Amino acid sequence: MAPAIELSEVGRAYGERTALSGVSLTLEPGRTLAVFGANGAGKTTLLRILATLLRPHAGRARVLGRDLPQDGWAVRGRVGLLAHEPLLYRELSARENLQFHARLHGVAETRVEALLDQVGLRRRADEPVRTLSRGMAQRVAICRASLHEPELLLLDEPLANLDPGAAEAVEPLIGRTAGPARVVISHDVEHGLAEADLVLGLKAGRPALLDPAGAVTAGDVKALY
Amino acid sequence: MFGRGLRTLSIASVVLVTGAFALVFLYAPNDADQGFVQKIFYLHVPLAIVALGGFVAGGVFAIQYLRTGDRGYDLRSYVAIHLSLILGLGVLATGSIWAKASWGAWWVWDEPTLVSFLIVFLLFACYQPLRFSIDDPERQARYAAVFAIIGGAFVPLNFLAVRLASSLIHPRVLGTTGGSMPGEMRLTFLVSLVAMVCLFVTLWKYELASKHASMRLRRLKRALAGDDAAGPLARTSAPTQI
Amino acid sequence: MAGSAPTADAQDATDAPPRPARAGVGFMSAVSALVRKDLRLELRTRESVPAMFLFSLSTFVLFRFGLDRETLEGDLASGVLWVTLLFAAVLGMNRLFVAEREEGGFDAFLLAPVDRTSLFVAKAAVLFGFLVAVEIAAIPVFSVLLLGPSPLQAFPGLLAILLLADIGIAVIGTLVGALAIQTRARDLIVPLISLPLILPVVIAAGHATAPLFAEAGAEALPARWLGVLGLYDLVFGLLALAVFDFLVED
Repeated sequence: MAPAIELSEVGRAYGERTALSGVSLTLEPGRTLAVFGANGAGKTTLLRILATLLRPHAGRARVLGRDLPQDGWAVRGRVGLLAHEPLLYRELSARENLQFHARLHGVAETRVEALLDQVGLRRRADEPVRTLSRGMAQRVAICRASLHEPELLLLDEPLANLDPGAAEAVEPLIGRTAGPARVVISHDVEHGLAEADLVLGLKAGRPALLDPAGAVTAGDVKALY
Repeated sequence: MFGRGLRTLSIASVVLVTGAFALVFLYAPNDADQGFVQKIFYLHVPLAIVALGGFVAGGVFAIQYLRTGDRGYDLRSYVAIHLSLILGLGVLATGSIWAKASWGAWWVWDEPTLVSFLIVFLLFACYQPLRFSIDDPERQARYAAVFAIIGGAFVPLNFLAVRLASSLIHPRVLGTTGGSMPGEMRLTFLVSLVAMVCLFVTLWKYELASKHASMRLRRLKRALAGDDAAGPLARTSAPTQI
Repeated sequence: MAGSAPTADAQDATDAPPRPARAGVGFMSAVSALVRKDLRLELRTRESVPAMFLFSLSTFVLFRFGLDRETLEGDLASGVLWVTLLFAAVLGMNRLFVAEREEGGFDAFLLAPVDRTSLFVAKAAVLFGFLVAVEIAAIPVFSVLLLGPSPLQAFPGLLAILLLADIGIAVIGTLVGALAIQTRARDLIVPLISLPLILPVVIAAGHATAPLFAEAGAEALPARWLGVLGLYDLVFGLLALAVFDFLVED
């Protein structure tokens, strides 16, 4: 099977500033890549490139066997993004939000119900998202990201705002055991390392650290910050 | 990159503009109705034609930019529109003077061409503010290109609509009334038009070359002396990179 | 550094056939999902249409006093009606993409396996719908407040004009709304850019409507103005379809 991600010297500039440069790595299907780095180091840029939301300015990027940006259209719908913002309409209910996304992805609405059950939001599913706590909104966002059963999950701090019960509830959707290849940005060094197969550390847009998880210690990661 | 042929063009411009002036004041006869004042037509109409051409050219370069992603096209588009705006001010000013001298009012709504031009001018006057309000340079270029394409398509539609709506006081000096322009006037007009085109292209190339040189200088400074050497880029509506 | 060499290059033949992607969502399904979402939002928040309608009312009152006239007919009636509708439309344009921008909904759309143009069609349809809703309420009010001759004489010609003009305004409004979301001066850019662009529509619609409001009874509808409106809609509609992708992608 083709690797989930193949990057070769990928870079992206923002005006004169280099947001990302020289990133090369391969991620096999089903594996987890943990990305660490200080704010502004380029983690979000990398995630957005993988999500086909940004086009790389340099290098080659292949996601799920397709080249970006030309074949981006073939990748969309197979990738799930959990971004910093929940990407939900605050005036609509959780159910309505998920139904909207289900329609956009051609997913049956029964899956929406199943997901709401899974994360324990059945009761509050019809209230506007703006009335939900951040933890609950995060759960809805996780549903949104995994609704269409993507082959690659891109997660930006997935467990932020989640209590242990909720974290357990979402594990089968976006956790290590869920199945898809994953790229996880996290500031929880110990947990992130424990869950990862490959570790990428970014510093000022450049890869300062790239090793299999076994070879990386918490100290190595903390040196990035 | 843009400097090729600049000297030839400059010389040609000087020659043509001088020649045009000479023809206007020494060769072309005074108009039977309007007298000496009519001579402003040799400035006003070429200004208008070239300005409109510049706007449309800006749209064409914008299409090229969107198709190829080559920021050089964005720069060409920007400079063309920017120069045409300046020419546009000239059009409105000379048109106003002509109107006052011929029909006694500084502005007459019944001339479809002048009114259409005003509307087009108002539209393109938004081009630079639009660019200025977008921070990301790549996005700025892309959005400006979309705007330039819409504007370029707008020019003919607008003229059609306004022409249909108005009575015809504005002297139709081109087109079917060609027969009423005596040979000397037609020659003078053509020379003026060619001179204006040449002048526009020369100025356009000068500005392109100048901006490009600044870009390269900045890039050199940063490459040789580090990112801080050239200071932060100020917000600007002009393209900053090719 | 293990695990960093990219596997790149020529031999893709060894890949197993990828899991069949879920069939890309059809264009009209995507448009329908987007329109339903926007209509639902509008019904829930009631932000755009009531504001556009109330604004029209205020503008009518303004004109009554600004022009110092109590009844209007012909050119003047037509002009006042179209200028008012135009300003109400600008209000609607400003709000059109606000939900996407503020809730970060753009990314969610961009991630879906749908044609980007479906967003344009959906938004233009929604703006068109808002305009129609406002007109259904505002034109009777206009007839009562300001119009001299009976409004019934203006139909069905007025319907045709409204339809064609609303399409043009919806197309331009969606384009300009999308153009403006990424700018800092959003609220200023929209009216500045849209007014010159919509001017031909106002000119054509105004000239077409004027004879319908004639004091002595509606005169014939000048067909050439409908032609101009149709041409405008066609040109800008096609242009918008071609160009919209560039406004939405990164």
